[in-house]
Amino acid sequence: MSDVNAYIGLSAVLFTIGTIGVLTRRNAIVVFMCVELMLNACNLALVAFARQHGTLDGQVAAFFVMVVAAAEVVVGLAIIMTIFRTRRSASVDDASLLKY
Amino acid sequence: MTVTFWLLAAIIVPAALGVLFVRKAVHGALLLAVVMISLAVLYLTLEAPFLFAVQIIVYTGAILMLFLFVVMLVGVDASDSVVETIRGQRWLAWGAGVVMGALLLVAVAQISLGTVRGLEEANAGGNIEGLADLLFSRYVLAFEVTAALLITAAMGAMVLAHRERLTPKPTQASTAARRVRDYAESGKPLGPLPSPGVYARHNAVDTPALLPDGTPAEESVARVLAARGTVRSAPALADDIEELRRTLGDVGSRTDPDAQGGGVAGGSGGAGDTSAGSGHNTENPEEDA
Repeated sequence: MSDVNAYIGLSAVLFTIGTIGVLTRRNAIVVFMCVELMLNACNLALVAFARQHGTLDGQVAAFFVMVVAAAEVVVGLAIIMTIFRTRRSASVDDASLLKY
Repeated sequence: MTVTFWLLAAIIVPAALGVLFVRKAVHGALLLAVVMISLAVLYLTLEAPFLFAVQIIVYTGAILMLFLFVVMLVGVDASDSVVETIRGQRWLAWGAGVVMGALLLVAVAQISLGTVRGLEEANAGGNIEGLADLLFSRYVLAFEVTAALLITAAMGAMVLAHRERLTPKPTQASTAARRVRDYAESGKPLGPLPSPGVYARHNAVDTPALLPDGTPAEESVARVLAARGTVRSAPALADDIEELRRTLGDVGSRTDPDAQGGGVAGGSGGAGDTSAGSGHNTENPEEDA
């Protein structure tokens, strides 16, 4: 078992924690933070595999993930702010107007 | 590598679990910062110095600060509700998550990746130069599309955060007209409210100013302070003056009592005069005699 395996294992643990957080937490901001955790776990795996293969493509992919995460956070937090402004709540259960 | 890795893993996993379990979003954001910085150091051990810098600047510098801003705007103590919308959803989610994690870990433990090739060869001309070579040759299309993505995200945030004004913005002229109208209708004073009292021993905002007839001006202190009961009343100020006279004792008896006459405010002014007089006495004893 090489050391890259250990990095991938840590990445899997972080991804699992993020998934459980997204599924169980009700505060939209905390859900968002758990999504960030999952993205970071993927980044860690990408960088570890880049080292395994001896090329920089994995690092470029991680860089793009970071850029996309930044854009996603900006829009997502703006949406959370808009929902909070109209409903005075940041809970994901309250924003169910599109359900029916 | 191994010592650094296991040390950082021992920091990252509890911090990530903390994000999962803490009740307040602020604590979650701070724990996430710990995870991000530790991951940045892990990138350094994986021979990715550029991603180390980007992780610190973009994630902990920009994204987490944005999170903290929103947490502060939404309310620091906006904690989670524990009511389940779908019955049993929480336990099902936990079960599914744990099963997924176990599956991933078993898969990772079973595969053998072979020898690590390392990045010495790829990083030979410098890590940033190597990344730039790739970014502007093979991934140039993705790079260009990223520009469009960032522009769209910025526009989207501006549109979402923009609030249309429903009432016209009050101008200086309309504010002045409203004040005069209020004065005509309810007798509300035209000018600003009186400032709190300034005395020799008290000039704080909780001390009301005194009107010419000796009664305290209620409008000179904030309503919040009055509701909390921290406002010092004018009789209490008079007690202060009595206490001051007692403490000054012999010095007060030597000064002219007429200087302390008049209202309460005049009395405290006289007390100030008393102390000044005592200093005067010690400096120039021959003048007193």
